[in-house]
Amino acid sequence: MRDTADPRPLVSVRDLKMHFPIHTGLLQRHTGDVKAVDGVSFDVMEGETLGLVGESGCGKSTCGRAVLRLYELTGGSVTIAGQDIAKLSQGALRRMRPTMQMVFQDPQASLNPRMSVRQIIQEPLDEHTRLGRAEKREKVLELMDAVGLNRRFAGRFPHAFSGGQRQRIGIARALALNPRFIVCDEPIAALDVSIQAQVVNLLEDLQEQFGLTYLFISHDLSMVRHIATRVAVMYLGRIVELAPREDLYADPLHPYTRALLSAVPEPDPDAAARPRTVLTGDVPSPANPPKGCNFCTRCPQVIDVCHEVDPETREVRPGRYVACHLFDQDNEGAGPTGTRGDKEHNQRGETT
Amino acid sequence: MPDGAQPVLDVTGLQCVFHTRGGEVHAVNDVSFDLAPGELLGVVGESGSGKSVTMMSLIGLVPTPPAELRGGRVMFEGRDLMQAGEGDLRSVRGGRIGFVFQDPMTSLNPVFTVGMQIAEPLRKHMGLGKRAARDRAVELLELVGIPDAARRLGDYPHQFSGGMRQRVMIAIALACDPKVLIADEPTTALDVTIQAQILELMKELRDKLGMAVIWITHDLGVIAGIADRVLVMYGGQIVEHAPVRELFANPRHPYTQALLTTVPSVRGGRARRLTVIEGQPPILSSPPAACPFRDRCPHRMPICDRANPQRYPVGARHDAACFLVDPGIAAGGA
Repeated sequence: MRDTADPRPLVSVRDLKMHFPIHTGLLQRHTGDVKAVDGVSFDVMEGETLGLVGESGCGKSTCGRAVLRLYELTGGSVTIAGQDIAKLSQGALRRMRPTMQMVFQDPQASLNPRMSVRQIIQEPLDEHTRLGRAEKREKVLELMDAVGLNRRFAGRFPHAFSGGQRQRIGIARALALNPRFIVCDEPIAALDVSIQAQVVNLLEDLQEQFGLTYLFISHDLSMVRHIATRVAVMYLGRIVELAPREDLYADPLHPYTRALLSAVPEPDPDAAARPRTVLTGDVPSPANPPKGCNFCTRCPQVIDVCHEVDPETREVRPGRYVACHLFDQDNEGAGPTGTRGDKEHNQRGETT
Repeated sequence: MPDGAQPVLDVTGLQCVFHTRGGEVHAVNDVSFDLAPGELLGVVGESGSGKSVTMMSLIGLVPTPPAELRGGRVMFEGRDLMQAGEGDLRSVRGGRIGFVFQDPMTSLNPVFTVGMQIAEPLRKHMGLGKRAARDRAVELLELVGIPDAARRLGDYPHQFSGGMRQRVMIAIALACDPKVLIADEPTTALDVTIQAQILELMKELRDKLGMAVIWITHDLGVIAGIADRVLVMYGGQIVEHAPVRELFANPRHPYTQALLTTVPSVRGGRARRLTVIEGQPPILSSPPAACPFRDRCPHRMPICDRANPQRYPVGARHDAACFLVDPGIAAGGA
């Protein structure tokens, strides 16, 4: 995460905060904040894919959008290719836009139904380049080739395409300005399993071909294991664990990561028979997170300090970052499996 | 499941056609299966494979028109539901056959309390009085693991989280002691940790109440964890049918085989590259005269273009609709 070793970070996020105000009452007074992203730090190395996983509402999509400054940040910094985009003026930010692009979740909603495929892919070229007409046409066709769309379909409209093909259109549009960094926000969630593999393979090919760096946001842990170099796990606005892919899946450290991995249904009837950690209750509201550790209301290994003190993120092994009191220096003896507090948890995740 | 047991539900030759502006769409083609008492039958397939329409048409939940049920027999408790009138069907739906839908957000009525929605089937189908219905509603909410059930009866759906709403939906479906529960992607809209809770709950309830369950999903992982027997659907047909262990250990249809390799896993080996099933699922504008999977099949043979394979038995309670396992072709060559 804060490693300055060999691979250079292309994107550095430090203490990113994205709070949305809540206004209530007749006078619409500011009465609180939804802390969608609450102090997140990570690096994305040049040419790698950082997987960002978590359940719905954990803030992973907000985090992805905030990293591209599609929102005005509440706090923190985002450095992309040496520029802190959190503080850039709108004009300077606009000149940065070609470097950083996004692929959206819903290929239906993110394509204008009244624009043809050619117009959709060409739009970023119109906005950001001074290419001539013929050059643009040629570039659009090249992009269609790159994402595996038939050139003959350039004049068609999005409704004529299937979900997987629409996602290809969205990817071609993101590629149009030769970006270095692409945020993929659940790019395969809306697709059928047999189509998901096609899109994931395409993303991998393009990464190799164009030297792209991805932030891959997904709730699908098995797909992230396939595509990511390193994986960050989010829970209620925080990153609870960040580790290289194989380490994370082979030996998850944070109790939440363990529970999350254990909950993934596996296509193997024998493995399905093995006991799993089933978390009780639901995720607390980000408008009113619990005191102490955000996970303390559902954690199967909760200890007293968790209700009091918010754990800091620390590097517990080389390249592995965990925010959990079980890995505190003074609790080292207890270890991750040492204490088992079988306490009753409040089902709605509220603390009193 | 004991082989000799009388099935609670026996479906033969079900066909369902939709009339659209673009012509006919043959959504369900000659689907036959049975369901033993207490059994959990998994149905897998991609979107558009006909899995939901099949189950909806069993109990007359597809609107006609645009749909048309072209034939088939659905035997349930000694009568054919295809011949039953709307009144009869209404007494079966939500009574002897319970339903749980995918989206717990939209299947509950937002302007009624949860208590009223659970009591509705109890009063309509079982003729319970207000008081008795309320008591039973509390019992049901406790059964599906909602804490403080008596107090929460007065809450509205928006006061429940997604997982809790799905528990309420299950409570409603269980209200009248159904013999069969049809669950259509009940955990698809939920997070994995909540999905794990619902799967555990379902297994527990099945054991406790002894009902048969049809579980529709696109997730092979869910099927592996919960089903006894599995139907794999593609292009409106059942392409493979097998007990769950047999299906995962010894898949015989190329579509099932492809499906099993295309899904990455969180444990075990990691493929460097994902296996891809090229192409798109078919849209059937006419009754299939050839194998619906042929365009995407790596083992395509000339005969696949000429005829639609029937389901050939390949083992104990295991069959596959593919010419590769046709004894005539396997012996003599195509």
